[in-house]
Amino acid sequence: MPTHANNAERLLKIRNLTIEGHSDDEWIEIVHGINLDLHKGEVLGLIGESGAGKSTIGLAAMGFTRDGCRISGGTIEFDGMELTTRPKSELRSLRGSRIAYVAQSAAASFNPAHRLIDQHTEAPVHYDIMSRSDSQVDAMELYEKLRLPNPKEIGFRYPHQVSGGQLQRAMTAMAMACRPDLIVFDEPTTALDVTTQIEVLAAIRDIVEQFNTAAIYITHDLAVVAQMADRIKVLLKGDEVEEADTATMLRSPREDYTKSLWAVRSFQKPENLRPDASSAEIPVVAVDAVDASYTRGAKVLHDVSFDIHRGMTVAIVGESGSGKSTTARCITGLLPPSSGVVRFNGEELPPSYKQRTKDQLRQAQMIYQMADTALNPRIKICDIIGRPAQFYSGLSGSALKTRVEELLDLIELEPAQYYSRYPPELSGGQKQRIGIARALAAEPSFIICDEVTSALDQLVAEGILKLLDRLQSTLNLAYMFITHDLATVRSIADEVVVMKEGRVVEQGPKTVMFKPPHHAYTDLLLSSVPEMDPDWLTRLLEERGVDNIGEAARN
Amino acid sequence: MLDVFSIVAKRLGFGLITLLVISLIIFIAVELLPGDIAQAVLGQGATESNLAALRAELGLNDPAPMRYFNWLKGAVVGDFGVSLVSKESVTDSITPRFVNTLMLALYAAVIAVPVAISLGVLVALFRNTLFDRIANVLTFTSISSPEFFLGYILILYFSVKTGWFPSIATVSPEMPLFERLERTFLPALTLVLVVVAHMMRMTRAAIINLLASPYIEMAKLKGTPAWKVIVRHALPNSWAPIINVVALNLAYLVTGVVLVEVVFVYPGIGQLLVDAVSKRDFPVVQACSLIFAATFILLNLAADVGSILTNPRLRHPK
Amino acid sequence: MEFLHGWMPAFMVLATIAGVLLAAVAMSWLFRALLVWVLPGEGSKVMRSAPLTASFGLFVIILYALAGIFAPWVAPYGESEVIASSFAPADDKMLLGADQLGRDMFSRVIFGARNTVGIALIATSLAFLMGATAGLIAATRGGWMDQILGRFADVIMSIPSLIFSLLLLSIFGTSAFVLIVIIAVIYAPRVFRLTRAVSGDVVVMDYIEAARLRGEGLWYLIRKEILPNSKAPLIAEFGLEFCFVFLLIAGLSFLGLGIQPPTADWGSMVRDNATLISFGEITPLIPAAAISLLTVAVNFVVDWMLYRSSGLKD
Repeated sequence: MPTHANNAERLLKIRNLTIEGHSDDEWIEIVHGINLDLHKGEVLGLIGESGAGKSTIGLAAMGFTRDGCRISGGTIEFDGMELTTRPKSELRSLRGSRIAYVAQSAAASFNPAHRLIDQHTEAPVHYDIMSRSDSQVDAMELYEKLRLPNPKEIGFRYPHQVSGGQLQRAMTAMAMACRPDLIVFDEPTTALDVTTQIEVLAAIRDIVEQFNTAAIYITHDLAVVAQMADRIKVLLKGDEVEEADTATMLRSPREDYTKSLWAVRSFQKPENLRPDASSAEIPVVAVDAVDASYTRGAKVLHDVSFDIHRGMTVAIVGESGSGKSTTARCITGLLPPSSGVVRFNGEELPPSYKQRTKDQLRQAQMIYQMADTALNPRIKICDIIGRPAQFYSGLSGSALKTRVEELLDLIELEPAQYYSRYPPELSGGQKQRIGIARALAAEPSFIICDEVTSALDQLVAEGILKLLDRLQSTLNLAYMFITHDLATVRSIADEVVVMKEGRVVEQGPKTVMFKPPHHAYTDLLLSSVPEMDPDWLTRLLEERGVDNIGEAARN
Repeated sequence: MLDVFSIVAKRLGFGLITLLVISLIIFIAVELLPGDIAQAVLGQGATESNLAALRAELGLNDPAPMRYFNWLKGAVVGDFGVSLVSKESVTDSITPRFVNTLMLALYAAVIAVPVAISLGVLVALFRNTLFDRIANVLTFTSISSPEFFLGYILILYFSVKTGWFPSIATVSPEMPLFERLERTFLPALTLVLVVVAHMMRMTRAAIINLLASPYIEMAKLKGTPAWKVIVRHALPNSWAPIINVVALNLAYLVTGVVLVEVVFVYPGIGQLLVDAVSKRDFPVVQACSLIFAATFILLNLAADVGSILTNPRLRHPK
Repeated sequence: MEFLHGWMPAFMVLATIAGVLLAAVAMSWLFRALLVWVLPGEGSKVMRSAPLTASFGLFVIILYALAGIFAPWVAPYGESEVIASSFAPADDKMLLGADQLGRDMFSRVIFGARNTVGIALIATSLAFLMGATAGLIAATRGGWMDQILGRFADVIMSIPSLIFSLLLLSIFGTSAFVLIVIIAVIYAPRVFRLTRAVSGDVVVMDYIEAARLRGEGLWYLIRKEILPNSKAPLIAEFGLEFCFVFLLIAGLSFLGLGIQPPTADWGSMVRDNATLISFGEITPLIPAAAISLLTVAVNFVVDWMLYRSSGLKD
């Protein structure tokens, strides 16, 4: 593949590209001199953490910058044309016709007011490439090639009538409408569940190969890019780290940063086992036959039961809508169960948090997914952490200050430096640490971690997982770890509970759960997680067959 | 479709209940009068026998709930009782004036709505240009000015100084349409100035609000020209807020017209209300208030139904 | 010539408008430069990025505040002091001539800044006190109380405010106290709605959930967690509501049902001197212009504040 690409004609040549972003009345450089080459029919993977400038570079390849950004230097040559000096109208006439874009969230990127097919035919009709009716016929053929169900009919639906995975494929079809030379895929599967991700990946890969379209594939997920790209370029904060063909990059990365990205998935904490059944230790938290429903809505939890023992981590795994977070809401008392009970150290908890005692509230704490919304932006760090200590233990004055400093030490943030700052001045990982400190300040015995690492970059997430693990062993905490990311489960869980559509599908110790035989759904979930092997998707498709992946396989 | 139907039905039901509650508020407000209506009409010096006679005449001796139901029953069939001042039927004096008010409102609306929406789209298209900034300052000035200010400026320049239009908008039912339009041009223009500014701002805001949406970026990345991005991709999704603003302004045209009617001595319902308030003619005040409130609720209702019907999610359920 | 004669006033109007706009731009620019220079650190930085409209608004607001506070010292004559014959023309003693009773127009305009604006401010504050408190409680508590307060506000708001105030004024009479209370009652539901919406956005945040789960009480939630995060839009809304209230009071006074004589008030001054307009005089328009100028100024500042609070992601 790569050799073929090198012989082919060069389509895109970016030299020394710099891009500036506008903030606080100043232009700040966010992309610092990137070079990029792409040949016809080649797929280049752009990989990096948030803030690496992937999307900005991807859009610049279309001669486009978002509001508040500008290209400040360098050249972008597309098929012999220099884009940076072209007038806007000429640039616009390239977009959609010769260069197309596939956005991260198809649900938000399709116009809710028009039918899919009307959005599909817009560009071909606008550029006089096809008549409306020809373009409609073509759309249906593309839908069929992308294995959308009812290809003849699905285009006549409105975006909200179609599922996320299908929309993402319809958007790929739309990008293909004018048979462009280049498509920029901007994290097209990030918003999807793992089982849906596969079918989209397979469809995109197929169609790009069939039409020999060149593509820039932007993602933060290494395993995904390994399936899609011929070559990979690693970016960090607007700079290139290194570039190589996919196999080389996976086998022998040169730079330390790249190696560290690869190494993330290797962290694994030693597994704790439950005490013997004979010792009859009472679990810290016991969820017993809980049913729940939202007001006037359908039942969302059906007969959910599991135990969490002292000092252990139970991971609740499932896709969106599986009831993981609802279970957490039942335990914390935000959503009183319609039947069943939650026991704490053997003692039944009142269903609503409003009826619980201060001590019951103190014992169970929560860490949130979005550190941004979990910390009040207008309250100083010392007050955020200090309030639980003051509220539950009645600390004040210098005792409170000492305690806050102790907690900051515990989460590895320098007290003198962070004591009187406000959350917006902190990075994502630091905010998440403050969230942990706030939970610890209550001196709990049990903490619910709701997707605590999924909004973070991999290296930062790794740091948080290690911290949580260390705190668990020193403070003998029990964790309930809600996540959809199986890699996180592998590294931190002791026991796993798999949920689907509000029911517990399977549960058991991690080592058992990750070895076959599984429940069919667990199997699907596990096998759908991309692996760091360029041939993984091909092999999986061979094993399962193209028609037995994604939504088709779930039921 | 059943979904849309039930939502609309629910909304209509709610509107009806609101109207009932408001009729109750209007009735109770007059009940709160220190003393009673008879006392208020005849003043402190009235003799006991005069008071009793008036009370009997107005039916004040019935218990309050019964009077409320009688009043409501009358209101439903268009009978609002008798004016305390002129002793004439309230309905008879209101009807021609209400027609006048509606005609003036319609006159202004026919000009204002298309102008405001097209200007709103234009300033959204040329946002952050000099044109947009000047429009911003001018619309702010217009919505910040009391109607009587705008009205008198128009009178000063278009009537007193140039003599182009009459300053007093006297109309009669048998007047030919063209003459009527000319006579009421200045009051209509005053209303148009206020309403266009407001609607234009809201249209602009509704569109610009959407411009950050990913589907707008997608449209740009498909090579769609800027005007088409606005007209085809942003506008269809801004209908709900725009319809709301239009309805709100139409409601304003009917109810906020009071000041304009006074400035131009236009024989509308607003002037009648102001006269009745200063003369403490309660049956007229109650009737006018109820009519204004009903118009207001009806238009809001229409707006809600309109935004429900333009919502693709509700029009095309899963 | 007849034709030209008709167009001249229109041309004059345009020329005047252009002139006034230019003067306003120049003045705002100077005032902003002054503020950038005078204000300390942070304030100076904020002003540097302020649009000219905002600096114009600030300038006008400050001017009005000074006129209102120091009215008795600024005005050459007393509020109801009769010094000339009715509608006496302007001379070197009376900048704007005399009103229908022979009182100095200029002095009454100055006193109007105190009376009209003062009453509008008090009414708005009262409306805010009631509306915002109810809105915060409804958002934090939720449940049936939220529902009932919301429905109540809906009903009150579906009576047009001018009509509702006319109805209530016809019953309770027209003293300043009654006027303030009635307007506060009519506007409180609007403030309630807005506060409910603004704090509703805050209440769904995880940090509020965390505080609830900690067992914090209602007042702690409102004071420490919600208010600091809804302050900016609420202050802006205060300005906006003030505009509405101010225009409503001006309208009522113009109808003769608001602030009562002999108190100097802009709305009633327009009404009392309106006959002059048919003689081509602009004097009666001056109090009306005073009303719009202040409203525009407040609107400009509010617009800038809203832009700042939405644009800054802190």
